[in-house]
Amino acid sequence: MHAVTLLGAAPVLPAAADGPACYSATVNEWWCAQYVVDRRDEIWEATSQHLAITLAALLLGLVLAFPLSLLARRFPRSEALVLGGSTAVYTIPSLALLPLLVPFTGLSAATVVVGLGLYALTVLVRAMLDGFRSVPADAVEAARGLGYGPTRLLMTVELPLAVPVVMAGLRVAAVSTVALTTIGTLVAHGGLGNLIAHGVQRDFRAELVTAAVLCVLLALLLDVVVVLAQRLLTPWTRTRTA
Amino acid sequence: MDLLSLTWDYLTTADSWTAPGGILERLVEQLLLTVTALVVACALALPAALWLGHLGRGGFLAINVSNVGRAVPTFALLALLVTAPWPGVSSFGPYGRAGLATLIALVLFALPPLITNAYTAVREVPADVREAADGMGMSGWQRFRRVELPLALPLVLSGVRLALVQIWATATIAALVAGPGMGRIVVDGFARDLYSQGVGAALVVALAALVLEVTAALVQRWADPVPREARTGG
Repeated sequence: MHAVTLLGAAPVLPAAADGPACYSATVNEWWCAQYVVDRRDEIWEATSQHLAITLAALLLGLVLAFPLSLLARRFPRSEALVLGGSTAVYTIPSLALLPLLVPFTGLSAATVVVGLGLYALTVLVRAMLDGFRSVPADAVEAARGLGYGPTRLLMTVELPLAVPVVMAGLRVAAVSTVALTTIGTLVAHGGLGNLIAHGVQRDFRAELVTAAVLCVLLALLLDVVVVLAQRLLTPWTRTRTA
Repeated sequence: MDLLSLTWDYLTTADSWTAPGGILERLVEQLLLTVTALVVACALALPAALWLGHLGRGGFLAINVSNVGRAVPTFALLALLVTAPWPGVSSFGPYGRAGLATLIALVLFALPPLITNAYTAVREVPADVREAADGMGMSGWQRFRRVELPLALPLVLSGVRLALVQIWATATIAALVAGPGMGRIVVDGFARDLYSQGVGAALVVALAALVLEVTAALVQRWADPVPREARTGG
């Protein structure tokens, strides 16, 4: 117990003795390990908020994209409407979409989640439609011949076979959602974006660079997670190459 | 909704459009930024990407530049450019405060869709068409100029369209880091609790984005050497 408290306090002492750390009113370095140590609570809070908003938005996008893509597939006329609507959403800048949601969801995390969920939706609906199209027709016919009903066909044949294409879309959506979450700072729920905004206002370079780097790392991490999830979900794609 | 009616009031007041720093002035500023950035990005990206597509080299770079571009938050890059000693927040002619930093960021974020689409467009010209051109005795330049370029045009233009959407969105975000353009009004509104102003300006930005997109789509259709009807009929 004693050793732990000593370790926790140790980095602060030499810095105080040697003069100003690499961040202060006079020293303003781009990268500063001392900043990361001193503000680790704040950084951790921002990072976890960032991740929570990103994941919630992706989940919302997935949950909405699934029925929409089924609808577009079932009724070909609605496909143009669904795709046109999602293109229109995609065209609206993020800094304009979030304010447009404020009258309905207020200055809350919900505004960011719904806004980013809509962006993810535009990517995911397309990916799901492409995914369903990529299912081999003979696989569907074989399942029908075995007496599969529409629901069982969808859940056990079409959906699993569409996974690789859908996951490719999810990778795109995940990476861009991580980047876009920073804009949530407009309504004070931007995760690492809050740190970036604060860093710009106070000309605090270490804070700005740390948040930006964490943001890119988070995007890469999420990308890897999606790739791993796809491997777990589609074991048959590996046996083919092995 | 109270905020909605306040927003309506803001948008129907002449002063919010014509005052100094009002909607019209900022809209013109952002259009100027967008057009400049698009022209510069096209001039930088298209010749190289099209020619690489003609040669069939550098495909790895052309495809991956998009993935990298997507992972970098536009906000973070803008913040870095504004905080750095150069180009900083200083005013840049008609582009306003932090105009140069914004322009650089806009050009950078427009490059990935332009490069990827232009490269793929030339690569996807059917091999038999290419061979026919060679068989007719065309030189490499003639084949590029008279066969590959016209056939690649629709896909190249869809890249320009994507870049336009990206530039418009990034130009709006620039305001979060003291940049120029319409985003300025949105961010000021939120910073000063004038939510009706923020929401109203956001509506103008969104509508302008849709108008730009539809215009670009019409230009793209007009420039297609093989009209859609002919393609589906054949």
